[in-house]
Amino acid sequence: MARVRAKDRMKNEVNAGSMADIAFLLLIFFLVTTTILEDSGILVKLPEWSDEPPDDVKLNSRNIYSVLVNANNDLLVRKTPMAVRELREDTKLFITNPNNDPTLSDSPTKAIVSLKNDRGTSYKAYMEVYNELRAAYNEIWDEQAQIRYGKNYDDCTKAEQKGIRDDFPLVISEAESTSFGEEG
Amino acid sequence: MSKFKPGGQKDEPEVSTASLPDIIFMLLFFFMVVTVMRESELKIRVSTPQATELTKLQEKSLVNYIHIGRPTKNYQEQYGTSPKIQLGDKISDIEDIPLFLENHKTSVPEKLQFKITTSLKVDSDVTMGIVTDVKEKLRKSGQLKVNYSAKKRTEDL
Repeated sequence: MARVRAKDRMKNEVNAGSMADIAFLLLIFFLVTTTILEDSGILVKLPEWSDEPPDDVKLNSRNIYSVLVNANNDLLVRKTPMAVRELREDTKLFITNPNNDPTLSDSPTKAIVSLKNDRGTSYKAYMEVYNELRAAYNEIWDEQAQIRYGKNYDDCTKAEQKGIRDDFPLVISEAESTSFGEEG
Repeated sequence: MSKFKPGGQKDEPEVSTASLPDIIFMLLFFFMVVTVMRESELKIRVSTPQATELTKLQEKSLVNYIHIGRPTKNYQEQYGTSPKIQLGDKISDIEDIPLFLENHKTSVPEKLQFKITTSLKVDSDVTMGIVTDVKEKLRKSGQLKVNYSAKKRTEDL
């Protein structure tokens, strides 16, 4: 843009100076409408609905790990109160039962984690407990993957993962909620 | 900038702004690609709880959202303060869930429909009663893949 020579004066150029403004306008529009935050959470598979009440299966009580969260958000595990931060280790111990304790599960395939909450339980407390139970399983799977294949569970192939999951199946069964507490 | 007077004072050399549109366009394309249009305004307050065992939801088009929380200040007069469900852009009843799921299903190609996930965005302060009811409705509608939306927990329990 220094000095216009006589030859150049004949060239008619479209003024592209406003291009930036148009682009800015679009840019601001997309900036405002953008939500970069992606959704993440705990993925669960709900059991299928059936209208008939489930069969009464007699289970050995040593294989059931009952977790109860009441309307005051207190945790009761196998009839004893427990703090949430102890739940993960205790669940792992119950499932794997490394010392063949007769009060803990026969084998990981027979272990059932039963979660029960009240309608007045806060969602936050429920999620904390559920998260710890899932974490227990995830840690067991990770440990198994390390022992068997020397790598993280996430890095294993589908078949390897399935092998581990078959030996340590994720069974968190949710009983129907009680309704003692206050809702709202 | 039309005519330069010969012999007049000389202009300072300017920084060329010709590449500015290109830079802006680059930014524009970036935001266009990452943009997901905000579907609806939330009429309820939803602050999801924290957790550690998170899975990221991959395809947005295969996810439908059910929000549960207490109405925000502006809507408390209309809806009260007890927890409510929001489907799409309106506060709804539990009975509306099957229709909502069906509507979303039609927008998904048939062979991908088994991958549809329902993301439950539930406020931490809500009690489980309404969540249980929603879960039961989802089971009855055959929508079994559910995601409890949560944020990454940074501090210890």
